[in-house]
Parts: sequence; C-alpha cells; structure tokens
Amino acid sequence: MIDKEVHDAGEAVSGIENGATIMIGGFGPPGQPVALIEALLNRGVSDLVVINNNAGAGGDAISRLFGAGRVRKVICSFPKAIGSTVFDELFLAGKIELELVPQGNLAERIRAAGAGIGGFFTKTGYGTELAADKEVRLIDGEHYVFETPLHADFALIRASRADRWGNLVYRKTARNFGPVMAAAAKVTIAEVDHVVALGELDPEIIVTPGIYVDRFISTGYAPTNPKVTS
Amino acid sequence: MMRLSRHQIAARVAKDIPDGAYVNLGIGVPTLVADYLPEDREIILHTENGMLGMGGAALPGQEDADLTNAGKVYVTEEIGASYFHHADSFAMMRGGHIDFCVMGAYQVSARGDLANWRTNSTTSIPGVGGAMDLAAGAKHVYVVMDLFSKTGESKLVQNCSYPLTGAECVERIYTDVAVFDVIPAGVRILEIFDDLDAGQLSTLVGFTLIDATTSATVRN
Repeated sequence: MIDKEVHDAGEAVSGIENGATIMIGGFGPPGQPVALIEALLNRGVSDLVVINNNAGAGGDAISRLFGAGRVRKVICSFPKAIGSTVFDELFLAGKIELELVPQGNLAERIRAAGAGIGGFFTKTGYGTELAADKEVRLIDGEHYVFETPLHADFALIRASRADRWGNLVYRKTARNFGPVMAAAAKVTIAEVDHVVALGELDPEIIVTPGIYVDRFISTGYAPTNPKVTS
Repeated sequence: MMRLSRHQIAARVAKDIPDGAYVNLGIGVPTLVADYLPEDREIILHTENGMLGMGGAALPGQEDADLTNAGKVYVTEEIGASYFHHADSFAMMRGGHIDFCVMGAYQVSARGDLANWRTNSTTSIPGVGGAMDLAAGAKHVYVVMDLFSKTGESKLVQNCSYPLTGAECVERIYTDVAVFDVIPAGVRILEIFDDLDAGQLSTLVGFTLIDATTSATVRN
C-alpha cells in the first residue's frame, strides 16, 4: 500500500543535509510551505542554496532562514522585499550570493529540469546584462538566449489537498511554482491543508499527480482567513 | 504647467485598451488602469502569479490568503477566471498570447529600449521579476511614466543610461505631459496635455520629436 503522508514536519524534512539545493514554492505568502520551512530552520542545516521567486518578506519563514545564516546562495527573480531588510543587509555585506533570473526563465528552467529537457532558447533577456555571456541564436529572424535547466535536491511546496498517493490540488494563486518544482527535485515534500480519501479528488482536476510527490504533511490550515497585517 | 495626475494617466491608457483584450498590468500606476477600463468592454486581466480574469482589490474582511496579484495585494476573481502554474503563466507572456502589457519605466529610448529593473546605484538590491518576459513577449508593450525625473531630466532619452530590460520593445509611452509612439522614424507625439508645442517639447526632451498631434486629435 502507498501512503505518502507523514505526521511530523521534522520527519518530512529529514534527509536534508548541509549544502543541499532546495526549491521552495510560493509567490510571496500564497503557496509558501511555512511548516516545512520552520522544520528546516529547526533542523539546523546550513550552506543551503535556495531557489524561490523571492527572498522572504516581513519576517516570514524564508526571511528567518536567511536571517539565521543558513543560506549560501539564492536563485530568484525578485529579492526586494516589503517589510524585510534581512536579505538586503546580507547581500550588501557580501554575505550571500545572488543569481538573479527573469521570472519566466526561473519557471521555465525549473519546468525543463522536471521534464528532462537540457535547455531552451528564449527571447527573454536578450540584449540585457542578465543574458551577458550566454549563447545567442538567431531563429526565424529573432534573437534567442540559451537557458539551462534548474534542478534541486529537494522541493518544499504547498498545496490545498492531497490523497495518500500524493496526488495534489491547489487553491487559487497559491498554485504558482508548486507543480513545476514538484517535478524538478530529486525529493519533493508537500505541505497540504487537508488530506482526503483516495478517490475523492476528481481525476480530471488533479494538478500534480502523485508520481512527483515523495511525502507530505497535512496542517489543517484554513486558507480563507489571512492574517492581514498591513 | 499642466500635468496629468497618476489617475489621469491611468484613465488615458484605459481608453486605448480594446474590447476582448488580454492585458497584464504592472505594479504602481499601471495597476490603476484597471479602475478606468470602460464598462462596456470585456477586458481580461492576467496576473503573472497565475490567473486570468482577475478582479479588483478585495474589500476589507473579504481577503483570501491564497488570492493575490503580482504586487502581493489581495484581489478577487471575475466570473470565468482560471488559475494555472507559473510556467504556464509565463508561457502566456513569452509565447505572445498577452495582447497588452502596461509597465512603469526609469527610461525609454528613442528606439523603444526599456529600462525599468535597476538603476546604476550600487546600494540598491537588483530585482527583475517578470519585466523582461513581458518586454520580450507581450504583443504591445505600453509604458506609463512621468516624462521628467524628480531632478528634471527627461526619462525619454536618446540612449538609456540604465541597464536594459528589453531592446526596441516599447510601442507607446503615456506620460503626464504627452503621449508618444515609437515608430521606425523616431518618436512621434500623439497628444500633448501641457501648454507646449511640439518644438518646445522636443527642446525639453533633448531630441527632435515627430509631431502627429493633429492627426491624433482627429483620430480620437
């Protein structure tokens, strides 16, 4: 029998060691697997490479990971954060490495890794400093830049519901990076709001099939009640 | 001098978005465009974090933690809305499916080069987000900006001094002073709001602009 649910966040992140490359889902708070990030923080590992669209905001779990000095390098599109200077201070002090990637390249490089694609040519970034030194090819009269896949050792993602096989559905804009990250990491760990019986999720609407998910925890989180701080 | 307010610029942009368009609005003044889209047009808003059919800002108490726009503001969904993951969302942008994007800018050059992701400051944190994807992929790239910086320099320039977001991608520029089109022959003035003529505006901008204000008046 397959049952990918684990009942403890610490157990869910076991196996993550120093130096690991970790994709973390979320675009700001929606889709951010807060319980798993907390567990990673408690695990105490460092020298991490984090792949996330942002670099934390307003004291959230990701910014605490940076603040605790656990991250060696971040690969992201938009590290500028509202209400957090943690990343800024580390970056300006030269204490953290930044690989800045246009957002669509970030998503597509992750997707390419999950799909076994060795790279792709894109118009994004052509003629800019973010494409400097990259291979350029003229295709049908337009310039395209070569981009390589982005793999990870672990992906930490958040979804709305899971069944014991690890089939996932998401809620609204919290879907964001979850589906592509789930496929791009050697080990994918999901945090879901609720677990439902196998068969309860309509096969037509499953977004991430369980083949991409190694294990998950269920938090019982009620997503319709945001903590409005501003 | 007569200058349009941020809201007046947004309203001016909104007038030019046609019925049936798929539109991505950037953060800041571009977001305000949504408030002025004509009621009799069905215009579908795309938000890069993964949604088509985005509605207005959520009312206090009605916020949904899983529903934000690209600026991480709580928004609502229109009837007919859809959600998708980030690679699909950017495929819409990069694959040429978004009809119009409206972005802010630090500078736009006479060739339509766009600079809006970083200045040359060594103490600022660089962040690019989806700007380069929109510049490369949207069918029509519209810019809204004040024509002059706080220190009085024209932001419409012969050559950008700030790092580029995209080369030769901007089609139209809406400012507080005038509306411009970038065409192969140069920059064409469509409309002037201020009490200036085309010659005076060229002097302020620092290079020769093509005057098409008369035809613009007829067209509107």
